[in-house]
Amino acid sequence: MNMIEINSVSMRFNMAKEKHESLKEYFVALAKGKLQFEEFYALRDVTFNVEKGDFYGLVGLNGSGKSTLLKIIAGVFKPTLGTVNVRGTIAPLIELGAGFDMDLTARENIYLNGTVLGFTPKYIDSKFDEIVDFSELWDFLDVPLKNYSSGMVSRIAFAIATITKPDVLIADEILSVGDFLFQQKCEQRMRELMADGTTVILVNHSIEQIERLCNKVTWLEKGRVQMTGDTQTVCEAYKLTTR
Amino acid sequence: MGMIKAYCNDFWRYRYLLYNLIGRDFKLKYRRSVLGVVWSVLNPLLMCLVMWVVFSTVFDMRGGDIVNFPVYLMIGQLLFNFFNEATNTAMSSMLSAATLIKKVYIPKYIFPLEKVCFSLVNCLFSFIALIIVMLFTGAELHTTVLQCLYPLLTLFVFSLGIGLVLAALTVFFRDIMHLWGVFTTALMYFSAIFYDPLAMNNAFLTQFIKFNPLYWYITAFRYTVLFGKPLTFSMIWICAACAIVALTLGLIFFRRQQDKFVLYI
Repeated sequence: MNMIEINSVSMRFNMAKEKHESLKEYFVALAKGKLQFEEFYALRDVTFNVEKGDFYGLVGLNGSGKSTLLKIIAGVFKPTLGTVNVRGTIAPLIELGAGFDMDLTARENIYLNGTVLGFTPKYIDSKFDEIVDFSELWDFLDVPLKNYSSGMVSRIAFAIATITKPDVLIADEILSVGDFLFQQKCEQRMRELMADGTTVILVNHSIEQIERLCNKVTWLEKGRVQMTGDTQTVCEAYKLTTR
Repeated sequence: MGMIKAYCNDFWRYRYLLYNLIGRDFKLKYRRSVLGVVWSVLNPLLMCLVMWVVFSTVFDMRGGDIVNFPVYLMIGQLLFNFFNEATNTAMSSMLSAATLIKKVYIPKYIFPLEKVCFSLVNCLFSFIALIIVMLFTGAELHTTVLQCLYPLLTLFVFSLGIGLVLAALTVFFRDIMHLWGVFTTALMYFSAIFYDPLAMNNAFLTQFIKFNPLYWYITAFRYTVLFGKPLTFSMIWICAACAIVALTLGLIFFRRQQDKFVLYI
């Protein structure tokens, strides 16, 4: 069964040379006939499917459109052309701690971020201990988040996002934060979720990690799909060109 | 109809987020202040005291005798403040939620809605101050007082509609933020907050002010709470009509623009 269907998706951004942030500037530019946007395609005609139970990897150099694609899957962007269908619930780990308010304490943020992801307060109550256990931050629970280190913030964000059993987990380079012990813990947690039937899409610059975890990989190059297939083949080809 | 149903479903799913965002705003507003929540009551009380001193001594031009001027003034001031705060915070709500909506999918109208709800919470707190002043000035408690919920509720809907339009516009043109401040200042002087337009002997003003929806909300509220008169028919339909028109406009406009927001903030 296909969990995610991506059908010839293109994403166009208007790269305004000068950003018109006020009406005056806008009309001045309009009058001068300079109201031209440079079009930029972050993604062009991308098509692939992710099946249930896949641990899907996306590789590519910086600016190849990996993060844009993840954001489209998560529903943050609407694709300019093409369609994306996702079955079931998504847990987006696009940038850890997106829903955090740095002035609130960790305890308050767990509830805020949990509701951002669509959980009920009751559900968060029941999972609260588990979240704090996982992030190992019992001692700092009532400290405002602005006093946390970035590693601590990402721990707690990962713990909240993976506390439920999502149908699809989208992970953008999250495994590169935190110390190696925490990375191991995250991998462990993702494997547990996989065992329960979660489909994972992973973006990572560390090709070793992709090779170790994923069973299928798509290689993006300047917004186009260069290659799709099993991990071995794609990673070999990718490493050959980047070397 | 499908659109309204989708809005309602979304709302139900994300209602806890709405509560939490309101809670966050409330906590952050009073964090580290000694008196904390007391300011919610004290602030409108002091503000109205200042207004009262100014407009009953230096600029005494209220036109005729207004019964219980402190309460009259305070009702106008509190309702106008609600509208002002609601629309202003809703206007910048999309910009301040930028980090969030760039990374997670959330129905976007939740942010202007949250700001308007938060302003309503503040407004309800300030009614405690109003009650204190009413007790202090010996104002009568009329049986019509419960009817004041009607102008309050319709004003809430009206502010939400305006807030949605402003929030969507501000994403594309930041100028709106500066313009709106000027506009609301002008609006304040034409909302009959500290004078009675009917007693001003100015035919133009008495006609002109009827085009200001806020005047109707404020007057309807005064009728029920201060004068002890039931709402008139024209109050009922004008309050409702303004609210429905504003909300419909707001929802349609916001919905048509919302997919583009992410690219502009």
